[in-house]
Amino acid sequence: MADGPVAEVLLQRLEAADGGLDSAELAAELGVEHQTVVGAVKSLQALGEIIEAELRSTKRWELTAEGEEIAREGSHEARVFRSVPPEGLPQSELMRLPSGKVGFSKAMSNKWIRVDKSAADGPRVFRVVDSVEDEVQRRLQLVQGGRAEKLGEKERSELRKRKLLTEVTLKTYWVSKGSAFSTSISKQETELSPEMISSGSWRDRPFKPYNFSAHGVLPDSGHLHPLLKVRTQFRQIFLEMGFTEMPTDNYIESSFWNFDALFQPQQHPARDQHDTFFLRDPAQAQQLPMDYVHRVKRTHSQGGYGSQGYKYNWKLDEARKNLLRTHTTSASARALYRLAQKKPFTAAKYFSIDRVFRNETLDATHLAEFHQIEGVVADHGLTLGHLMGVLREFFTKLGITQLRFKPTYNPYTEPSMEVFSYHQGLKKWVEVGNSGIFRPEMLLPMGLPENVSVIAWGLSLERPTMIKYGINNIRELVGHKVNLQMVYDSPLCRLDAERGPPSTQEAA
Amino acid sequence: MNYVLNLAWNLMKLYDLLCLEGLVRGLQVFKERIKAPVYKRVMPNGEIQKLIITEETAKIRPYAVAAVLRNIKFTKDRYDSFIELQEKLHQNICRKRALVAIGTHDLDTLSGPFTYTAKKPSDIKFKPLNKTKEYTACELMNIYKTDNHLKHYLHIIENKPLYPVIYDSNGVVLSMPPVINGNHSKITVNTRNIFIECTGTDFTKAKIVLDIIVTTFSEYCENQFTVEAAEVVFPNGKLHTFPELAYRKEMVRADLINKKVGIRETPENLAKLLTRMCLKSEVIGDGNQIEIEIPPTRADIIHACDIIEDAAIAYGYNNIQMTLPKTYTIANQFPLNKLTELLRHDMAAAGFTEALTFALCSQEDIADKLGLHISATKAVLISNPKTAEFQVARTTLLPGLLKTIAANRKMPLPLKLFEISDIVIQDSSRDVGARNYRHLCAVYYNKNPGFEIIHGLLDRIMQLLDVPPGEKKGGYVIKASEGPAFFPGRCAEIFARGQSIGKLGVLHPDVITKFELTMPCSCVEINIEPFL
Repeated sequence: MADGPVAEVLLQRLEAADGGLDSAELAAELGVEHQTVVGAVKSLQALGEIIEAELRSTKRWELTAEGEEIAREGSHEARVFRSVPPEGLPQSELMRLPSGKVGFSKAMSNKWIRVDKSAADGPRVFRVVDSVEDEVQRRLQLVQGGRAEKLGEKERSELRKRKLLTEVTLKTYWVSKGSAFSTSISKQETELSPEMISSGSWRDRPFKPYNFSAHGVLPDSGHLHPLLKVRTQFRQIFLEMGFTEMPTDNYIESSFWNFDALFQPQQHPARDQHDTFFLRDPAQAQQLPMDYVHRVKRTHSQGGYGSQGYKYNWKLDEARKNLLRTHTTSASARALYRLAQKKPFTAAKYFSIDRVFRNETLDATHLAEFHQIEGVVADHGLTLGHLMGVLREFFTKLGITQLRFKPTYNPYTEPSMEVFSYHQGLKKWVEVGNSGIFRPEMLLPMGLPENVSVIAWGLSLERPTMIKYGINNIRELVGHKVNLQMVYDSPLCRLDAERGPPSTQEAA
Repeated sequence: MNYVLNLAWNLMKLYDLLCLEGLVRGLQVFKERIKAPVYKRVMPNGEIQKLIITEETAKIRPYAVAAVLRNIKFTKDRYDSFIELQEKLHQNICRKRALVAIGTHDLDTLSGPFTYTAKKPSDIKFKPLNKTKEYTACELMNIYKTDNHLKHYLHIIENKPLYPVIYDSNGVVLSMPPVINGNHSKITVNTRNIFIECTGTDFTKAKIVLDIIVTTFSEYCENQFTVEAAEVVFPNGKLHTFPELAYRKEMVRADLINKKVGIRETPENLAKLLTRMCLKSEVIGDGNQIEIEIPPTRADIIHACDIIEDAAIAYGYNNIQMTLPKTYTIANQFPLNKLTELLRHDMAAAGFTEALTFALCSQEDIADKLGLHISATKAVLISNPKTAEFQVARTTLLPGLLKTIAANRKMPLPLKLFEISDIVIQDSSRDVGARNYRHLCAVYYNKNPGFEIIHGLLDRIMQLLDVPPGEKKGGYVIKASEGPAFFPGRCAEIFARGQSIGKLGVLHPDVITKFELTMPCSCVEINIEPFL
């Protein structure tokens, strides 16, 4: 049974009671502390709908400690009166009694006693009347008996002024039967325990219901970075499409592989100090494939392979300048050069996703380093239609189906096309990538066969990630100023599932 | 409409369409409203204008070309467009006047022949454009230091002993390229005859720029689309006549265009498409050959692929049938990235959160703050960083993780972070003199250092890599060590498969403080490449 005899008695009384009962009254009846009854009420409440308890507050008069003493022993003045014998008492002796000082003046004003100052051995106190009515004691005993209402307002306030009475507020419960009222209840278990399982006691026990609207406790776990979760998905897409990953673990690149090999002229604005990070140490690339370098030099400065060339003075020193690669196309150039050295030619599909560096002005969507995604297909007789077909499949896997192609200018692809997709959230066409067919002036000096075309496309990893996760400031995503809470809270990356919240960002 | 938009898009890339005249003409040709104009170089009735280059220019700005626009009629709009085109060319193809600088002059105020020479700055004195007084070149360089427009061009000649300058036969200064023209020959809306000179360090570009200016504005000459020739005498005595206005013929097979674009158009249709792109084309020979005339306005066409692109643009990219190539390949992952991907997921499974920090950082981050001298880091140094954040490529992942913690100090403790990414070290055996290493770094930041947690993480990583504990061959072991970044006695070196792969330990309080942190912190950083 729950919480011992008090709760049990309470339930029994409640069953017999008409309507309900008061906790304080029950305490008085049972002769226990009110707090004990309150405890029983609360434990029964915790079991559900067994009882209903309504909190009530009532005001009550109680005796102070001095008031209780008086109710028991009589008022100070009565006690003084009683201590005076018929033959009288020296005043000095009377004053030494416990109630002496207070009781003397009150008994004097009640005219119960008198003082004879002419007595031989000093002032002496005598009774004036034979007996007295101790009105104070009687009133206090009334209050003590719970009948304070029998006293008048004036009498109560006089007793309160004498600090014999106080008014207290009592919180009690009005207890009534609940919808699941029963006199025989057992306590509900909160959780299943190993002991219950082994003893089988769980069969007989009621269990406390769970609160399913409460939140669970999140597991202690590690988290992957959202940008790299997106990277994983892009890798997956390329692998699903049969693309082999190129090595890109070389942030430092020579201008030769970063620009010259791509038929990007040495005066091109991208090769400016304002756009590219050059190295002070090591400032120059010491080893270059010199045969190939000469073919590149000739193509730039004089033309060849059907090209007019750029007709300028190509300088080896410029090509040796080391830099932080400005695109992963430098890695694609190395991969294609390696492919060209393999005879006979075998078709290849390559991809890479890695960091690139630009010495640019920084803003909410641009950092000095970002990740570039690049796809390359090298085969005989590839067309623009093939490029568009591959792009369609690639973007379909990203959940992007509405594509448009626009002419653009890239230094190393011809034809070149920018890829746009219709963004439902932004309600406009946004650029999602850049693409083209590598120029013959780039491929033929490498040694690739003349009828081999190489189609390629690229996009940044950051932009789709920002759109996917609704991030407007790139610094919240990349770099040490990342908001870790965002990392903790970011969902799985499923690119072909529904789009994330629309970004307010313009097309970068 | 889509055609036109696509066309306009593409045309913007062409140098000759940097102004309204070029764009309007291109669109009208495309809509077949007009034929592409044919530009002609003509000899003057009188004496030809001559520009003589002296050998002093060789070291500073060796090339010059010139031409005359005769009997031109400006309006306010045409005049503004003429000035604007020069400015756009200066910013673009002229590479902020470094490669080419353009000077245009009222020919009627001058008297040829002209001399392009180079002189000591103190010996050059003239009244520059829009000034009322004469200044020496030295004075001008000072004055223009505060000129928001011209100050960007001073560096091109500033520290040279001789400055380039062009005089007429009376010693009047036409210009001091690439900085400023003389005021004497200033053109106005009323100017009728214009002498144009382009000087530069790139001969090809100078010729292209001259062609662009004269072809664009010859439309407003009395004899439309004609340009009066000028002669340039080079220091070796050779005589060249400009502008070149070279028309070149290219031959492209129709089936090549169809094959590269992925369309099936007749040679006649392809020729028509190209003609609409200002490339006058006709079918010749066996009926499969297309002969294309490349006008001087299309300096961007240097290969058949450029012609093929124009055909594709005129056809309309979005009209091309998309097809999948039949290229059959087997995909492979790059082994280092494959290992990284596997480890990343298990690091997160071990309760650590992935950070993504910058590969570039300050010298202070990788050296001073870790108690090292920069020379001890073997870091590559960047020569032109705009701010201290981009002084070096990182040589360790630790600073990035500590900065990530510093930016997230409000997050509940402990903070457990990791990163698997590349660091860069100088390495003279590599072609570029540096190489990447793939590192794994993890930090534990809490009220206690938690060395045992970081040590446990290392044990777990080794377990994942199938490296058993112990000194045996193929095993791993940690040995007491020291390092300036670590608290004394709380640092160990990690040896695996017979080589040192990194360190773990409790960070030195100085390091913690320098990264603006307040709690104890332990870390591990290893090179994962030995486990490939």
